[in-house]
Amino acid sequence: MRKMPRRFVLAATLGAACALPLAALIELAGAQDAPVAVAIDNFTFNPQTLSVKAGTTVRWTNNDDIPHAVAAVNKQFRSKTLDTDDSYAFTFTTPGRYEYFCSLHPHMTGSIVVEAP
Amino acid sequence: MRDIGDDGPNRRKVLECMTWVGTGVLWTIAGGVPRSGGLIGEAMAQPARGLSFLQISDSHIGFEKPANPNARGTLEEAVAKINAMPVKPAFMLHTGDISHLSKPAEFDDADRIIAQSRLDVHYVPGEHDFLDEERKLYHERYGRGTQGAGWYSFDAGGVHFIGLVNVVDLKAGGLGNLGADQLAWLAADVKSRSASTPIVVFAHIPLWTVYPEWGWGTEDGGRALELLKRFGSVTVLNGHIHQVMQKVEGNVAFHTALSTAFPQPAPGTAPSPGPVKVPDDKLRSVLGVASIDFVQGKERLAIIDKPLQG
Repeated sequence: MRKMPRRFVLAATLGAACALPLAALIELAGAQDAPVAVAIDNFTFNPQTLSVKAGTTVRWTNNDDIPHAVAAVNKQFRSKTLDTDDSYAFTFTTPGRYEYFCSLHPHMTGSIVVEAP
Repeated sequence: MRDIGDDGPNRRKVLECMTWVGTGVLWTIAGGVPRSGGLIGEAMAQPARGLSFLQISDSHIGFEKPANPNARGTLEEAVAKINAMPVKPAFMLHTGDISHLSKPAEFDDADRIIAQSRLDVHYVPGEHDFLDEERKLYHERYGRGTQGAGWYSFDAGGVHFIGLVNVVDLKAGGLGNLGADQLAWLAADVKSRSASTPIVVFAHIPLWTVYPEWGWGTEDGGRALELLKRFGSVTVLNGHIHQVMQKVEGNVAFHTALSTAFPQPAPGTAPSPGPVKVPDDKLRSVLGVASIDFVQGKERLAIIDKPLQG
């Protein structure tokens, strides 16, 4: 957690409490073509479910002391091993729901919901 | 361990002690009933009459985070402790996570340090050993003569040892995984063996469900145990959770070993299973190895957890 931008800590905290407003917030960010962040903290993906517009790049960053990896259940994307502070980005071009997990710690799961632009 | 008297500690107390403190009570497994047989000193004083071997686990060479900036150093200490044992063990099992990030230099360092024990080592992989593309590094070094992702069996001192791999083809939301091929191999491997053959199964992730919320268990571990049901003495040795836990179910004794690198929290006591930073002077009391004794004809294995210190 210590290296996370404060702004994101807040967003992640809000995300746990109220997923919908966060998704709305992030859609805005997506519309500006900036990568949207998913933080890996304490063996969880934050936010666990993320909604973006098609064409958005999602960037996962590992803040844990243990390596993780991001793997799509449908195998459409798969990161290399992410050590502490490493990132992986993938651009979602096709609307749909993408389930993913950590290939080292499969109990860690998340979803990206891609909406039509 | 001072609160355990010689006149019979109650089982719950011993289990708590074993689980959360991880120091040296001698456990004997006789007829499926666990008994605390005394403290390390007494156990060490008994002459070894059967097979003695060691379990080492989770050396995580390459780990340099605050929980232990020097995982190489603590592995060296573990090997020094092994070399100082009064009775030389027959061999060593390593239950995975040899390296932290599957880098060649990490495996090199682990091999160099572990070789100083001058013991044969039988490995199974942890998920940290399979991080390179195609998992070549582990297989080149430790996987010769193994089946599938690295499973195999061998016999020593009248005991049948089975090394299983439960860290590949993991499914989203799931636990450790053995898979159909490995289970079929296991069924064939044990088929012609007499039920009186003592069995030791070793694998990285616990084969029993320790704490599914943290992924501490094996999805199809129950199917492997089903195949071993007819055997009178089955001992399951695992790593992965960096703490001692023990359970006995029927003829099966389950045991997890300490790491030589860093401790992890007891289930549910922290926000995540990540490394625990303990005070520097306490670190060596939560790292260590396990020694296991099997006495021919008695069908019992005694497991002694040996912390690096204390």
